[in-house]
Amino acid sequence: MADRERRLLLGNMACVHGAIYAGMRFFAGYPITPSTEIAEGCARELPRIGGRFIQMEDEIASMGAVVGASVAGLKSMTATSGPGYSLLVENLGYAYMTETPCVVVNVQRGGPSTGLPTKVSQSDTMQARWGPHGDFTAIAVAPSTVADTVTETIRAFNLAERFRTPVTILMDEVIGHMREMVALPEPGEYEVVEREKPTCAPKDYVRFADSERGVNPIPAFGEGYRYYITGLTHDPVGFPTNRPDEIAVKLGKLRRKIDNYRSETVKLRVEHMDDAKIAFVSYGSVSRAALLAVSLARQAGVKVGSVQLYTVWPFPDDQIRELCRTCTDVIVAELNMGQLIHEVRRVLPGDVRTHSLLRYDGEILTPVQLLEKLEEVL
Amino acid sequence: MEVAAKETDSKQRSDVVLQYLRPKKKFPSVWCAGCGNGIVMGALVRAIDKMGLSRDEVVLVSGIGCTSRLPVYLDFNSLHTTHGRALSFATGVKFARPDMKVIVITGDGDALAIGGNHFIHACRRNIDITTILINNYIYGMTGGQGSPTTPSGAHSTTTPYGNVEKHFDPCELAKAAGASYVARTTVVHIPQMEKTIAAAIEHRGFSLVEVMSNCHTYYGRLNRQGDAVAMLKNFKENSIMTGKAKSMTEEQLKDKFVIGLLHQADKTEFCEEYQKVIDACQKRK
Repeated sequence: MADRERRLLLGNMACVHGAIYAGMRFFAGYPITPSTEIAEGCARELPRIGGRFIQMEDEIASMGAVVGASVAGLKSMTATSGPGYSLLVENLGYAYMTETPCVVVNVQRGGPSTGLPTKVSQSDTMQARWGPHGDFTAIAVAPSTVADTVTETIRAFNLAERFRTPVTILMDEVIGHMREMVALPEPGEYEVVEREKPTCAPKDYVRFADSERGVNPIPAFGEGYRYYITGLTHDPVGFPTNRPDEIAVKLGKLRRKIDNYRSETVKLRVEHMDDAKIAFVSYGSVSRAALLAVSLARQAGVKVGSVQLYTVWPFPDDQIRELCRTCTDVIVAELNMGQLIHEVRRVLPGDVRTHSLLRYDGEILTPVQLLEKLEEVL
Repeated sequence: MEVAAKETDSKQRSDVVLQYLRPKKKFPSVWCAGCGNGIVMGALVRAIDKMGLSRDEVVLVSGIGCTSRLPVYLDFNSLHTTHGRALSFATGVKFARPDMKVIVITGDGDALAIGGNHFIHACRRNIDITTILINNYIYGMTGGQGSPTTPSGAHSTTTPYGNVEKHFDPCELAKAAGASYVARTTVVHIPQMEKTIAAAIEHRGFSLVEVMSNCHTYYGRLNRQGDAVAMLKNFKENSIMTGKAKSMTEEQLKDKFVIGLLHQADKTEFCEEYQKVIDACQKRK
């Protein structure tokens, strides 16, 4: 693999290549900085492989088209940034409710509102968890390099198909607009999960039947199963219901199908945590600074480690608790006014001190800033 | 003899509808007694049946509102989506599977207020989707609020002193936005409605069938237009075929419903044009 051709690739284009590798054949989107290159890349690449690209009239429509195409059997994706994500959460909620696999990329920029179109941010961390109204469990993955963006996009599609749910890719402006040398994966190098189809006769098929695993095989429209999909709370067949027992089953299924299989979603990069007294917890572009800061501090003899979240949601409660068992202090570094810190505090025992290192002025957190914070904690 | 023949015909027509109802769906429907939605559902089923389409190749997509509940009752591939967004979901389905017949069932509030943007852009693309817009001038499901088709001066729960806004003509809007087939009918012109729906499905490109319907529960009551029968009578007595309407003045056409084919154009269709792009890209490779 060492002799594989490496090329200089934009983070946003890495997302396009990862998606195509994972089997994406449909993209609907609307131009928005700093995600637009993903739409442009899809417009260029998809027809070459028989796939389809459409520029919709807004992000609400893009998300609708993505769900429609997924229901019709194609692996589908849209890409946007904060203001567009705010729009598409309406139909994203529909995708959660109807258990439709699809992928949504959020190349984060500063907010609220139009905010900072060309500046980096991680202030949509909580939105990726709680964007649409209502209760459900969300999955969000986060790359920190251009190479990661390829593999995390593949993983996002696989998780979407495995759990029959939308998956958000939390990128940020730095990762999206960064160029790094990347060797694209060969066919067969990574697992690609295909949609599970029913084996029963159409008359026996129940689209939303409850089970221990909580997921159902999904035939595409046109394959003879003729089922009904609605965003209204529905019974196992899919028809709207007001029956308390059926409502409880449906909502329970939406959470349980992911919450009970957390080990299949969690992915972390753990550095120097075995004997760490202090830990950095971060994701995305911040983790790059954390890795350098940790390696410099280790050279100076400081027992510090780093936990990088490739899976931001569902939050890896048990793993964080276990990894930080030797720590007296945990520093949560993030490009917002403090979002991830609440999750870290929630899962750590009370005697572990937690500290926030925040930046929300549109600039990155530098390794020097992390080292300064480390000194302060020491 | 003639009466007996008519009865047999009527029975056959309703038998066709029964064949297409979802076997597991519980009835009665959510619609008020006398609502026009059921009439449209019957006409749609008979049109599809007459065309000989397979149930598997038909996709019904709808948004939110009384009208949008229609697909739940019929045994096709059905997607009941969010308010106003049916056409965006339908665009995804059609573009992913251009071989399928995608039919959108919508109302005046769903298609023209919250869904107005999706409506004009679906028309503009001329994507091969058939849209049946049941226009009853009002939001029925939420209890009688004004919609973009509520006439000026008309009463609703949100226009209690009379509507001060102007209304949309959905057919003119669709035509201006680029739809290639536009027709209007009413819930009392049933054979015409069946034929129009079939022609719209047959048409290659974006087609709109506006069906004038009665919401006697809210619109009729708030505007003193009487019960369902009185409102149906109004459609019957005040509908003018397009041919005849041509020779009438604007004054004479006031408060009339011009029904029939209003616009048809031969235009390139979105999915077909995109297929050409795919073919060209793959040839180049």
